[in-house]
Amino acid sequence: MLTYTLKRLLMAIPTLWIVITLSFFLMRIAPGGPFDGERKLPPEIEANLMAAYHLDESLPMQYLRYMGNLLQGDFGPSFKYKDFSVTELIAQGFPVSLELGFWAILLALLIGLPLGVIAAIRRNSAVDYAVMGTALAGIAVPNFVIAPILALVFGVLLAWLPAGGWNGGAWQNMVLPVIALAIQQIAYLARMMRASMIEVLGSHFIRTARAKGLSETKVILHHALRPALLPVLSYLGPAIAGIITGSVVIEQIFGIPGIGRYFVQAALNRDYTLVMGTVVFYGALIVLLNLVVDLLYSALDPQIRYDD
Amino acid sequence: MLLTRRALLGVLTLSSSLVALPGYAQTLDLGVMGELASFDASQVSGGVWESQILMDVYEGLVKKAPDGELLPGMATDWEVSEDGKTYTFTMREDARWSDGEPVTAEDFVFGWKNMLDPANASKYAYMLYPVVNAEAVNTGDKPLEALGVKSLDDGRTFEVTLNSPTPYFMQLLTHYTAYPAPRHTAEEYGDSWVKLDHIATNGAFTPTEWVSQSRITAVRNPEYYEADQVTLDRVNYHTTEDRNAGISRFRAGELDILRDYPSSRYQWLKENLPEATHMAPYLGSYYYVLNHREGRPTADKRVREALNLAARRDVISKQIMAGTFLPSQSFVPKGTDNYDVQTMELGDDMDARMAKARKLLEDAGYGPDNPLTLQLRYNTSDEHKKIAVAMAAMWRPLGVNVEMVNSEATVHYQTIAEGDFDVARAGWIADYNDAENFLTLLKSGVGNNYGAYSNPEYDQLLDEAATTQDAEEREKLLEQAEQLAMDDYALVPLLYYVSRNLVNPELTGWQDNVSDDHPSRWIGFEE
Repeated sequence: MLTYTLKRLLMAIPTLWIVITLSFFLMRIAPGGPFDGERKLPPEIEANLMAAYHLDESLPMQYLRYMGNLLQGDFGPSFKYKDFSVTELIAQGFPVSLELGFWAILLALLIGLPLGVIAAIRRNSAVDYAVMGTALAGIAVPNFVIAPILALVFGVLLAWLPAGGWNGGAWQNMVLPVIALAIQQIAYLARMMRASMIEVLGSHFIRTARAKGLSETKVILHHALRPALLPVLSYLGPAIAGIITGSVVIEQIFGIPGIGRYFVQAALNRDYTLVMGTVVFYGALIVLLNLVVDLLYSALDPQIRYDD
Repeated sequence: MLLTRRALLGVLTLSSSLVALPGYAQTLDLGVMGELASFDASQVSGGVWESQILMDVYEGLVKKAPDGELLPGMATDWEVSEDGKTYTFTMREDARWSDGEPVTAEDFVFGWKNMLDPANASKYAYMLYPVVNAEAVNTGDKPLEALGVKSLDDGRTFEVTLNSPTPYFMQLLTHYTAYPAPRHTAEEYGDSWVKLDHIATNGAFTPTEWVSQSRITAVRNPEYYEADQVTLDRVNYHTTEDRNAGISRFRAGELDILRDYPSSRYQWLKENLPEATHMAPYLGSYYYVLNHREGRPTADKRVREALNLAARRDVISKQIMAGTFLPSQSFVPKGTDNYDVQTMELGDDMDARMAKARKLLEDAGYGPDNPLTLQLRYNTSDEHKKIAVAMAAMWRPLGVNVEMVNSEATVHYQTIAEGDFDVARAGWIADYNDAENFLTLLKSGVGNNYGAYSNPEYDQLLDEAATTQDAEEREKLLEQAEQLAMDDYALVPLLYYVSRNLVNPELTGWQDNVSDDHPSRWIGFEE
């Protein structure tokens, strides 16, 4: 297991290198640069800017410079947010996104999984239709619709909770964004859990368990649940990476200082260093979470073993 | 509500004795459109929200009154030499940085050099180019010391020498490029002088906290020379990129001011929050650039005139934009100081205009057999799209096929700067209140002259105006230049911008003005 983990971590290095290299060059191919904006800069000013950020060097040279800095753990300064380095921006924003994401995932798991199981057991009943109907609506309605409605109803009309702001992470400020983030995940998880549960419940070993006269509760909890969780788990790896790195929509609507916005804004601003910073960070997170998922797999399913 | 904001009684009469009372803290929660790039004015990216924050924490030689008029700031007095080239400012004696150090002419010399130092690569350094050697310093051709600014009398006098008389120079001094920078902290901390742990500011407020992408907090600067007249104890600048969400936060009482609410919500706001909804003329021009480069159909004056004739500005203003823009037939916006705008003569009778436009296109060789096809580019936004669709519809009856291309702002401006378009959306918000700021955009060879309009007579009028000291004569020259460009149909002026703000009616000290500058120093809560 340990050897396997180490091997996977080593394999992550070339993966990340490819991701970094591709992003670096793709970013430069995109038309427009970090200093193109509504106003055309006088040529001498543009020259100063290019020199200050080494953009006047050849592309391979810039690439080598970037990789060299990266190996020393330096993501460079943000082109746009001058008072912060990329590392500082990520270090300041990630804990916020992580906290929101954690609660959203927890909420989604606590509600989505049981709903899926119940729908599977009561398949084709009114309960099933109600749960799946709601889930479908949850998936279909995008969060840029849900979030403003939540803010309007609970923030403005009922005035129970703040309509926005982070306020150092006070729970009141977290409720609405967490719900807005979780709703789609609840819907996905419920549907996935239902499908996977139905499949498992139809398999031979469940029939055997029932034939042995086990109670339905025991059949489900002891025999069906674990295998049914496997597909959900493989979905969760990348999904968690996505959620804990924030959502640009939720962050902008609720004014939350997470890192989700950087993925979009940095690209639009052509903030090269910040784009690269977020790519490296997100890439590493995905690799790591996929590894965790694979390790959990073996814990859930004894047929999967990684010793070698 | 996050913080208390019980207002003071009789602030104006008893301010100095009452302000210090604990428990009466006044906090202003201000929703701004974006994130500040830096507290170092030389690193700012140019957003209007950035000037709002910087004007609260820094102060230049002059400052702005609530109505936008100029008032003495760090300088109490100034003299202009006979030739109009040398300005001598007497520094305010009780001016201090927030750490208690005096603000001297040295800090202005340092700040302006900081702005022009090529190593700092400041985007707006060119604003100071009227100063002797500023451009040469900025391009690295001359050392920083060559810059035409001096600190005299142990820093009590600041002297600026200009290349030529610059009538808008005093206006320019309100721009953040002309702010001082704290020399003493820069010497002590180096580049990190701008970090909040080290920063010293000379404005009415000084920043204490910055949660990136969420909130900047500034508190009243006790060292400010008029600190006893500043009503607010604290200002929170909330980054509010989603302005519909900003409206929710305003309605929930979490924001006292929301800058630039979305124009699409104007009608609703006017009906539901009439006292809070502000809209006022603003020094900004929304226009379509016409490409004058050879080979483009718009290089033909007849085509340009026809396109202008068919554009129904009132329809766009009232029906498409619901009154959140004003119709315009001039390039310089109305309300510009010391200036009468010069308009295009298009006539009122729409049928006659369309008939004339058809005739002009026909003369230019376009017709059913050879329809005019134009590429119209705009930067992606709902607003620009609506206007582009309307414009295309207005040109269609002339037999013009409009091919619409939209792209994100970065790509849009790069493409049009390269000249790859026929018609393109552009906008300009005044950097300072002077017609010259707009008219320069049509000068030959200027970077922001996207359409490459070039008329030697126009250039000459602007050059003459630039060296004319007599205000009236200068105004006349500028007006002549604009009239010339309008007669050439150099572009399609469409709309004047308006400022849109939601302001808590309990606030005092807010006055709508054409620059849309509202220093928090004048703002407070009444009760």
